[in-house]
Amino acid sequence: MEKILEVRNIEKYYGNKSNLTKAIDNISFDIEKGEFVGIMGASGSGKTTLLNCISTIDRVTAGKIIINGNDITKLRGNNLNKFRREELGFIFQDFNLLDTLTAYENIALALTIQKLNHKDIDAKVKDIAKKLGITDILNKYPYQVSGGQKQRVASARAIITNPKLILADEPTGALDSKSARQLLESFETLNKNLKATILMVTHDSFTASYANRILFIKDGKIFNELVKGEDTRKQFFEKIIEIQTLLGGELGDVI
Amino acid sequence: MLFKLSLKNIKKSFKDYAIYFLTLVLGVAIFYMFNSLDSQEAMLQVSSSTRTLIQLMISMLNWISVFIAIVLGLLIVYANNFLINRRKKEFGIYMTLGMGKRQISKILLLETIFVGIISLAVGLILGIFASQFMSVLVAKLFEADMTEFTFVFSEAAFWKTCLYFAVMYIAVMIFNTFTISRYKLIDLLTAIKKNEKIRMKNPVICVIVFLIAVVMLIYAYYKVTVGANTLTTADKLIPIILIGIVATVLIFWSLSGFILKIVQTNKKLYLKDTNMFILRQLHNKINTTVASMSVICLMLFMTITILSSSLSLRNTMQRDLLEMTPVDINLYKTSNLPDNGEYTNVQIEDSKKTVQETLIENGFDINNFKDTVEIPIYATNELCWKDTLASVYDEVKLQFPMLQYDTAETIVKISDYNKIAKIYGQSQYELNDNEYIMLCDFDSMKTLRDRAIKNDGTITINGKEYISKYDECKSGYIMMSTSHINTGILLVPDSCDLTDDMKEQSFLAANYNATTDEEKNNIESIFVNKDLDLLSTLEEKGIELDGVTKISIIESSVGIATIVVFIAIYLGIIFLIASSAILALKQLTESSDNKQRYTILRKIGVDEKMINKSLFMQIGLFFLMPLILAIIHSIFGIQFAIILMSGLASKEELLPSIIVTIIIIGVVYGLYFMATYLGSKNIIKEER
Repeated sequence: MEKILEVRNIEKYYGNKSNLTKAIDNISFDIEKGEFVGIMGASGSGKTTLLNCISTIDRVTAGKIIINGNDITKLRGNNLNKFRREELGFIFQDFNLLDTLTAYENIALALTIQKLNHKDIDAKVKDIAKKLGITDILNKYPYQVSGGQKQRVASARAIITNPKLILADEPTGALDSKSARQLLESFETLNKNLKATILMVTHDSFTASYANRILFIKDGKIFNELVKGEDTRKQFFEKIIEIQTLLGGELGDVI
Repeated sequence: MLFKLSLKNIKKSFKDYAIYFLTLVLGVAIFYMFNSLDSQEAMLQVSSSTRTLIQLMISMLNWISVFIAIVLGLLIVYANNFLINRRKKEFGIYMTLGMGKRQISKILLLETIFVGIISLAVGLILGIFASQFMSVLVAKLFEADMTEFTFVFSEAAFWKTCLYFAVMYIAVMIFNTFTISRYKLIDLLTAIKKNEKIRMKNPVICVIVFLIAVVMLIYAYYKVTVGANTLTTADKLIPIILIGIVATVLIFWSLSGFILKIVQTNKKLYLKDTNMFILRQLHNKINTTVASMSVICLMLFMTITILSSSLSLRNTMQRDLLEMTPVDINLYKTSNLPDNGEYTNVQIEDSKKTVQETLIENGFDINNFKDTVEIPIYATNELCWKDTLASVYDEVKLQFPMLQYDTAETIVKISDYNKIAKIYGQSQYELNDNEYIMLCDFDSMKTLRDRAIKNDGTITINGKEYISKYDECKSGYIMMSTSHINTGILLVPDSCDLTDDMKEQSFLAANYNATTDEEKNNIESIFVNKDLDLLSTLEEKGIELDGVTKISIIESSVGIATIVVFIAIYLGIIFLIASSAILALKQLTESSDNKQRYTILRKIGVDEKMINKSLFMQIGLFFLMPLILAIIHSIFGIQFAIILMSGLASKEELLPSIIVTIIIIGVVYGLYFMATYLGSKNIIKEER
């Protein structure tokens, strides 16, 4: 299988010599094309820092991050923006839709900034909207639709550029459980039917159970890895809960 | 502690203060410049008659300065309010730390004092240097010769500026204290989260409203240009102005929706870069800015119109004056003073003589004159305005109750008039024994007289009836003046029975027998300088000899025009500063709201170059829209101004004035645009 993401021995430090915090402490892993990977961990475990480093929003202190053959730690300035625009897709917890634009325009914006031909843009937007079931709300403003619909618009915006890797940061964080389920189902559709590679950060076990593989992070290190394999989602969910219990604290921590 | 805190605050938020500071500095500088006019070197060089005019101008400028101070004061309070809003959260934090409202007010007080002192100092320095350039302008406008350059500093203006601005700053301080005392802590802390609701207008309605507004504007434009002659009174003009204002508001209400709709139909343009984001931003924000946009547009319109038409008025006046002053001097004195004890014998005796005789008797060398013409002017109580206007008298009296209908008509024999017309270079006339001609070039009077003549132009002098040769008044005048103000001269045939006791005046017109300007000035001084022989002798005897000279007419009217220009520039620039500052602050407020939107754009991978471009476009469009509409308004406004000034300003003289206006507006407006763009760029910059 083709490797989309290779993370090699990355470290990220905050602070100065006297007061050093290791947010990421020597993490390495690979993601292959078509995978749906979840990253779990408590708050402060370093999972968001990891995502920020992969998404080029933040820089690593040491190590390499190779996305589709490019070492992104070596990219600078406009190349970095271009890379982010063309190779990555983002889905955020608080949607990050522009409130002044309609759903259609929010999705189209991701393409217009890549200077695509206007005819292609129109066709692509309508196509993706159909796949995510948001055709009806294309002409509505974000404030006129529900949270779940907003997040599906945001997903459409992330996927429409055909990115090599989709990065989702707590995508269900601001949704009720029904909307969350609908969204995760559309993630599955993206993953299975459109062969999208997804890396999702979450602290919610139910959300994580939709992934094929989960990396658990604690104190900046990979603590455990769980592969769904042939399990049903229910079995996978139970395994996640087990590890979460372990992750919550080791016996030695309790005095 | 508070002192340190406020000093640091200013340093920290210097970029926020930029617009505030710019406005204060420009305000102070212009205030100083115009109030220092009286001590300008050029002012001391000009002749005495111009000097009185300058006094008039200065007293007018003093009053206008009070008005300007009020405008600037309001502007400063507005700008200051913007700064407080930006810092609500900061104040909230101070309060959670236990600082009282009184102490916060004190911080603001200190800040206002710092900014006030710095801006006053910078503004005064700028003003003092700019007034040096101004003195060159003054010299050119008043035609004073500035052979040597001296550095001018007006102490009076300096203290006046300090005083006025100190009062303004105190007003700001009081306002601040008042604002702070009303705030609740919870509102301060959550101030940033409160966002205005997104309301989108239906683009179809926008298109319809826009078209209606355009039709209204075209109607108003048509009325003030083609139909300008029908707009004789204010109550006819006011509805047109109202239509114009309403149309302006409607245009700003609908413009963004209209543009959005138009661009949306062109997918290629719409789906390019961040175009749709820019348009949506515009469409969203313009809702809340309709009122300010309209005010700004109208202010700019006034600035452009006032500046260009006043500059051109002056240039044209100067050119026209040469046509209005065909000879060097007019002299006249009253004839036939009654022997009723009111006058001395000397006066009565003299009143029987001609002007020339009087001049020679009192030691004037008549060879100083050439082309001399002297004519008698008649008048009789038998023939007053009410007699010549008899056919329309009832109607006219209702309309203009203030006119002096008992004024006797001025009567001149046709051969006498032709003598004057000949040296003035004007058309001469012939009359049959039963005809007369009315000369009148004062527009409103001419309208009345024309109506009277058309109705029934028959008049009676000494029992004989005369009819008007033409069915309207002819233009012409006997006495020179700055403009066309001849309210009526009746030309009658030589055969007309005008008795000697009807002689009202003896009127003389002549050129100076001189070739160089210096020689002319020497002769002129005989009639102007009271210390010289002629005038002092006449004064002793109590003989009143009146007159006008070409030189004095030119000087005084140039002076009047220049006053108009100065006041126009003063008001125009202040309006310009006020509107630019409001627009700039409005935009900065929006940029803070827009910060989040730009962050999202960054997150989805828009690079800085494109973000800056779309910010530039957005602010640029906000600045351009009122300017463009104002320019379109002005094209018609200036034309109307030309018509209104009854030909005093001409189109040929407009071009240089418009160029000057464009430069002034370009500089001030451009400065504010740049300050806004840089300020906004700073606001939306990502915090790392």
